[in-house]
Amino acid sequence: MTFDKRMSAADVVAQLKDGMTIGIGGWATRRKPMALVREILRSDLKNLTIVSYGGPDVGMLCAAGKVKKLIFAFVSLDHYPLEPHFRAARQAGSIEVLELDEGMFHWGLRAAAMQLPFLPTRIGIGTDLLTQKGFEFKTVKSPYGDGEELIAMPALNLDVALIHAQRSDEKGNLLVTSVDPFFDELFARAAPKVYASVDKMASTAELDVENNARFALVERARITGVVETPFGAHPTSAAPEYQLDLKHLKTYVDSAAAPEAWGAYRKTYIDAGEDAYLAAVGGAEVINALPKPIY
Amino acid sequence: MTEASSYSLAELVIVACAQAWKDDGEIMATGIGPLPRLGTALAKKLYNPALQTTDGEVFYGDEPVAPGKRSGPVVYEGVANYDRVFSALWGGRRHAMVGPVQFDRYGQANISIIGDHTRPKSAMLGARGFPGNSICHPNSFFFPNHNKRALVEGEVDFVCMAGYNPARYLNGKPPRGLDLRIIVTNLCVMDFGGPDHQIRVVSLHPGVTFEEVQDNTGFPLAKIADEIPTTPAPTPDQLTLIARLDPNNVRATVFKDNPAGDRRAAA
Repeated sequence: MTFDKRMSAADVVAQLKDGMTIGIGGWATRRKPMALVREILRSDLKNLTIVSYGGPDVGMLCAAGKVKKLIFAFVSLDHYPLEPHFRAARQAGSIEVLELDEGMFHWGLRAAAMQLPFLPTRIGIGTDLLTQKGFEFKTVKSPYGDGEELIAMPALNLDVALIHAQRSDEKGNLLVTSVDPFFDELFARAAPKVYASVDKMASTAELDVENNARFALVERARITGVVETPFGAHPTSAAPEYQLDLKHLKTYVDSAAAPEAWGAYRKTYIDAGEDAYLAAVGGAEVINALPKPIY
Repeated sequence: MTEASSYSLAELVIVACAQAWKDDGEIMATGIGPLPRLGTALAKKLYNPALQTTDGEVFYGDEPVAPGKRSGPVVYEGVANYDRVFSALWGGRRHAMVGPVQFDRYGQANISIIGDHTRPKSAMLGARGFPGNSICHPNSFFFPNHNKRALVEGEVDFVCMAGYNPARYLNGKPPRGLDLRIIVTNLCVMDFGGPDHQIRVVSLHPGVTFEEVQDNTGFPLAKIADEIPTTPAPTPDQLTLIARLDPNNVRATVFKDNPAGDRRAAA
């Protein structure tokens, strides 16, 4: 008997259904599972609810008309603070939104990960997060002596989570070697099914978990499938292995200038498939040589 | 204290920003944007060596990390990944200085949208961490363009950051950690020390009048006194220090044409 979770990006997307709530790990321009996102863009999937600390993942899904609802705290390309495709979709009123604070978002994922209906927080008090259309936040009163009234941040339960890691063995033992793991562990715990794109498959021995323990993301029982996609986070970074591609990000930003520009971007970088994508962005050598951006 | 004879508006602003963290003790100081960030660096060097400042990404620097290109190796003293940043700020040990797009008389700040939330005229970033920041730890503000589009009449279009607006309190109680400190702009320094937290002008940048500030503000301002002090000019030592903290001269790029700090000098 073998125990093997390897699959293709197409296999992952075949598991997804219209109307699903999909959590996407990473943060803005960092460690986004972009190869999986591009595979969704190539599919017929629609009416998705996307839950993300958003970057180009959200922008591209908006541009391709895949998003029914977005649950977010921000969408940004960091060096280009305003994500143009996300802006266009919002300004056209073509997506529903639930806007949160970054920490509330964290709390919602944690509640889902703990299988709790909500977690209490003060965050949101005094703001318009509580008055936005489409969702009514409830409060809870502390049952202890202080009697403080708190916001009940609902669990952000996901149908599926997509994340990106640098390494995995075939059993789904993931290593995320970046200094900041972001909230990928919680995304993995908030969803019954979790698919990870990984830059490189390795044997269990090669993971050297004894020395890399702090990079081990989550117990493998949370991971449904792993897809080997070298540079699968590009154009976002998977530091320390490779950095954000600012030049490509500019190309992507420019694609929001007009529908034809987005059409051209799609044709070159998405529709032609991942091998063509890697070639079009310069190949391994160019990506490996990307300089570390300065924040 | 000797004042420098010549300094830029950016340098004046950095010195003003640094005041925000002067008496904070050992906390995380976050300045968003080059001038507030240089303000944290100056505060750490001049007043409060206990401050923890980051490299703008994920580490705390032993020394303040200069904005822009690194001129040499950086010694790190700790890690500030997002999970830890949230934990730190929820515990109150942080003082941030941020630059909202809109701001109102209550100190309510907006970086999310202009117009209606369901179909905005302009979609910007999203609320980011503003809601949590505003009720967990002290916050200060920087506006490079002090005008009525930024400091608005009425309320901001989407309140991302709680302020001193009793109509939005839960059960009439101010949010527990709400503590808004100073507002530094290209014209003046303000705080919330007026009656009922009314925003007041505490110092005017050299050559700026109260009337000019009021004319560029969408709500009525109070004054610290009839004779409003002038924002202290950088000393020669402070200018030397700022130059060391900003070897890439990023400060010269913030205001168009890098104007002089004393407008009378320019006239």
